[in-house]
Amino acid sequence: MPQQPDVSLDGLYGDLVMDHYRNPRNRTPLDDADVEAEEFNPFCGDRATFQLSLDDDGMVAGVSARSEGCSIIQAATSMLSSLLPGKSLGEVEELGTSYRESMRNGLKDDGVDGLGDLLALQVVRQYPVRIKCALLPLVALEEGIKAYRSKS
Amino acid sequence: MTTGDRSTSAAAFDVHKVRDDFPILKQQVNGNPLVYLDNGATSQKPQSVIDAIVRYYTTENSNVHRGVHTLSQRATDDYEGARAKIRKFINAGDDREIIFTRNTTEGINLVAHTYARQHVGPGDDIIVSNMEHHSNIVPWQMLCEEKGANLKVVPIDDTGELLMDEYEQMLSPRTKLVSITHVSNALGTILPAAKIVELAHAHGAPVLLDGAQAVPHMPVDMQELDCDFYVFSGHKLFGPTGIGILYGKAELLEAMPPFMGGGDMIKSVTFEKTIYNDLPYKFEAGTPDIASAIALGAAVDYVTNLGFDQITAHEEELLRYGTQALTSIAGVRLVGTAPHKAGILSFVMDKAHPHDIGTILDEQGIAIRTGHHCAQPVMQRFRIPATARASLAFYNTKEDIDALVKGIDRVLEVFS
Repeated sequence: MPQQPDVSLDGLYGDLVMDHYRNPRNRTPLDDADVEAEEFNPFCGDRATFQLSLDDDGMVAGVSARSEGCSIIQAATSMLSSLLPGKSLGEVEELGTSYRESMRNGLKDDGVDGLGDLLALQVVRQYPVRIKCALLPLVALEEGIKAYRSKS
Repeated sequence: MTTGDRSTSAAAFDVHKVRDDFPILKQQVNGNPLVYLDNGATSQKPQSVIDAIVRYYTTENSNVHRGVHTLSQRATDDYEGARAKIRKFINAGDDREIIFTRNTTEGINLVAHTYARQHVGPGDDIIVSNMEHHSNIVPWQMLCEEKGANLKVVPIDDTGELLMDEYEQMLSPRTKLVSITHVSNALGTILPAAKIVELAHAHGAPVLLDGAQAVPHMPVDMQELDCDFYVFSGHKLFGPTGIGILYGKAELLEAMPPFMGGGDMIKSVTFEKTIYNDLPYKFEAGTPDIASAIALGAAVDYVTNLGFDQITAHEEELLRYGTQALTSIAGVRLVGTAPHKAGILSFVMDKAHPHDIGTILDEQGIAIRTGHHCAQPVMQRFRIPATARASLAFYNTKEDIDALVKGIDRVLEVFS
């Protein structure tokens, strides 16, 4: 079972979260994006943008993920982006479901969530008003996939 | 203010004694004494306000303006007594000019749906400022869309002051209403309300002032301001939620159609014709929030007893102390630095987003507001998505400011 992070602020602003916040992955915009979406948090104006390009087999080949806002949004965006290459859109959606489920109800006992660095965001569950920050990039990603499916 | 009020105010202002009247301030939050600096969102309530609610439901709960029985008479007397207290508090000319609403937002919407809908037509202008709360933007946008009218926005300078020259140039015979905040909720700027009204009147335009952030901090006088409408919320004035006030000049209110139809706002109803009730009841359809109205009266009593001489002196000193403290921290920038300000310290930090600031402060028991404060256009004006806002009330202390500074030091530690 994955270790539950401690709940002090050092936990919320732990090394992994701060690393993704300070050095966000996959920020370069894509010219050839197949999937694209931006989502705003109406309560604070923060935003997250996702772009994905797909290879001939429909697998994620390129990822661009950018966000503006607090450390949690930025870290979540970066962490999520780093898990996407090589996955099918269906697998991306499954990952999204596991991630949302984990933020709402905690980790499953078997621990095989495939959540990678996103596990570090479990500590956000101690700060319920911030959960929506952690999930905003996922909403952007899902909206992008939905729009892509409806047009293709 | 009466002489009696002045003699009360002459006693030294003892903030710690005042704090004893607010039971909520005695608690610990996250292991630290509560430092409540979110008064711009809502204020805390003194025991006398809480007692007024309990007393009403314990001893006189019944409907107003209806029964002939004793409890109904008591409730009506207290409800109307609260109206009279509020009339006196803002120095309106007549109790009939005091309309109970739910809050500031409802007051603005009432005027939009009645007065403005009657008087604004295609090609007309409604003027607001760049630092309005969304509640003083959206109702006018909706009306302008409906009528084909234009919403004009008076710009502000980098300190958050209204550009009065630009305002004056915007006024024209097409101006059908000016609706402007008295004190900015996001920046703290106190606007030159009397001058704004005078200029609008010179062009024949009436003025609505949004006083939500003004009434807790300074005396407001309807005769001095000469505004046509003035709106505020009870809960920011140390009263309960669910009750607010619309002041309107009697001659305007008389000529306006009702806002909502229902009980209490009519004199007689047949299926052929309904005759509307007199002021203020024409605008109070349905059973009002009687307990909250009475408790707002108790809040007004409380503030009047403290006296604005003392309140403003104490808050100005706190604002000066807080401004000094925050501007001396490297990496912190105040947003809203107008020379004439109420107790609001909005700030941003180079290295931390307001949400992160808010969470770290909360961990230390310090409550502030973070976000766009329902005033996105002013955030866009300063090219920031959000701020952290500490907003003061008379029960705050220099120790509260010191705690805020210590909390910000902790933010700097985490986000160094």
